[in-house]
Amino acid sequence: MTATHDPTIPPPRRLKPWNAVERGLAKVGISGRMLVLIAPALWLLIFFLVPLAVVFGISLATKQFGRPPYSALLSTEDGTVQLTLHLSNYIRLFTDNLYVAAYLSSIRIAAISTIITLLVGYPMAYAIARASDRWRNILLMLVILPFFTSFLLRVYALTGFMRGNGVINQFLGLFGIEPLVMMQTDFAVYVGIVYTYLPFMILPLYTTLVKLDVSLFEASADLGGRPLRTFLSITLPLSLPGIIAGSMLVFIPAIGEFVIPSLLGGPETLMIGRVLWDEFFTAANWPRAAAVAVAMLVVVVVPIMLMQRAQSAVVEK
Amino acid sequence: MNKTLALAFGALLAASPALAQEEPVLNVYNWSDYIAEDTIANFEAETGIKVNYDVYDNNEIVDAKLLAGNSGYDIVVPSGNFLERQIKAGLILPLDKSKLPNLANLDPAVMATAASQDPDNAHGVPYMINTIGLGYNVAKVTEALGPDADLTSWDLLFKPEVVSKLADCGVAVLDSPSEVIGIALHYLGLDPNSESEEDLAKAEELLNSIKPSIRYFHSSQYIDDLGNGEICLALGYSGDIFIAADAAANAGQGNEVSYLIPKEGAATLFDFLAIPVDAPHPDNAHKFINYILEPQVVAAITNYVFYANPNLPALEFVDEEVKSNPGIYPPAETIAKAFVMKAHSPEFEEVLTRTWTRIKTGQ
Repeated sequence: MTATHDPTIPPPRRLKPWNAVERGLAKVGISGRMLVLIAPALWLLIFFLVPLAVVFGISLATKQFGRPPYSALLSTEDGTVQLTLHLSNYIRLFTDNLYVAAYLSSIRIAAISTIITLLVGYPMAYAIARASDRWRNILLMLVILPFFTSFLLRVYALTGFMRGNGVINQFLGLFGIEPLVMMQTDFAVYVGIVYTYLPFMILPLYTTLVKLDVSLFEASADLGGRPLRTFLSITLPLSLPGIIAGSMLVFIPAIGEFVIPSLLGGPETLMIGRVLWDEFFTAANWPRAAAVAVAMLVVVVVPIMLMQRAQSAVVEK
Repeated sequence: MNKTLALAFGALLAASPALAQEEPVLNVYNWSDYIAEDTIANFEAETGIKVNYDVYDNNEIVDAKLLAGNSGYDIVVPSGNFLERQIKAGLILPLDKSKLPNLANLDPAVMATAASQDPDNAHGVPYMINTIGLGYNVAKVTEALGPDADLTSWDLLFKPEVVSKLADCGVAVLDSPSEVIGIALHYLGLDPNSESEEDLAKAEELLNSIKPSIRYFHSSQYIDDLGNGEICLALGYSGDIFIAADAAANAGQGNEVSYLIPKEGAATLFDFLAIPVDAPHPDNAHKFINYILEPQVVAAITNYVFYANPNLPALEFVDEEVKSNPGIYPPAETIAKAFVMKAHSPEFEEVLTRTWTRIKTGQ
């Protein structure tokens, strides 16, 4: 014990008031370590679990016209407290084909966007990871740069590119090509999602790729592995955690995306975010909108859990 | 100790008259592009009340904020059919008419019609009158349909063989179930406020027949798109289409936008100035409404937004080009064929919304 302390370095001095606080907390059985854990737990409780519980509660009510626009769950009658839970909103999600179709369509759009983002983002991340130190920081900066502008403005700017008399069609017009209808199509939605979420794919991919040991590639080459073989059997498997993390960061928010399909999509671009908007605003049916939101959470949580499991399996290997 | 107490009481006494008089703030929530550029600044200069001004582009969002409560707004401007529901739900404060001497300026005929949505005109003051009609790009529509095309009828939108020729140059429709379905019912010769599911099915069939030609459903995007030639036909609010026409004329790209009140009759909407029941500054809200009711003030708004107002003495201050425009101040025979939207029962509202989603998305 005594040998571990170098006598020339004094033990870290602690601030007096903090000592008192710590002693006080210790008396009720709270250590500093616990305090550090309590802060994020409280944050989650107040800003995630409580709102979620409120939404869940509303989803078990029925619509009524008044303020608030949903029935009370608890009512008192003759001195007894009655709890009334309506499952009709959830039953409706299964009996009306709209909701299932919207969930499936959202998952499809999110999955296709994620694959495109991965195909576009992987080479970019790889190039950044292999670039010289000087270039690497500049390139990373360029990836982050779009965040300095509002997301909404960037999506609006895309309409300037894709509209009938926009930049792309004007360019095509130089070659005598008829203007293409790009706006209000699924194509525009994919462009919007891929463009917006690309940095979320590149950054986790970059962090795994940059940590890869270059000697592994050299070993592979020494043993006669061609570049493609080296990529498939070394780079790709080792970057799997980055692929999973990046895909999750793109896929999950893309499922619930509302702004991009409303600004760029056509009437048939069915996404759950838009259905939710219609339930809440057009139909003023808060309980059903809440049920759609809770169901969306379930739909999103399942793929997260699957991916998490896949990721931990990869890490264990 | 006694001294502190006395001081505290003194402060309280000094503060109480200030409490009785509202802080000089007013929170207004109005439609986008729905007021003259200097109205708010003039009101602030005249009354010393600081105005926070927010805008929206659809009735539903106002409805949601009022339902949620504590919106913080002192003035909202819902359309009549929405106001009707909001009054029933107890979301709107009854007006104190003693604070609104300028109410006498309003056209009694308009007030009588408005009373069908706001009984006894107790809760809302009609702000602007607008119609829902067709805005079109003159050159593009003529090019697509030929020079002899009939540009006076709803056939332009509701006849599949006509509207399909416009699909390539772009057709947009308001994203508003009650209004669009009401117009479709009127076109079919049915009651636009019908709650019969049989009638609704007929309207759905009509809208489905033209659906392949519709590029999008949105309640404000068409203003820009019509102005810069991105679309050539829009079912939209009269004033918005005039804004598009103005933008097109100013852009100088050769786009000319025209507004049509179809001969079969158009939906007429009154937007009302109303005070939410939990408005923090109801007194200032009354002052604002009374200010808007001044003939010169409301005439300046009409001259800027191209919507007619129901203020009789204001007419002499309205520009001649606005007054003589049949799309803004329609002739008597058009007014005779116009119809007003009524609020629907919550049960029908539900069916209507579901039908609307089916029309839009095919699901």
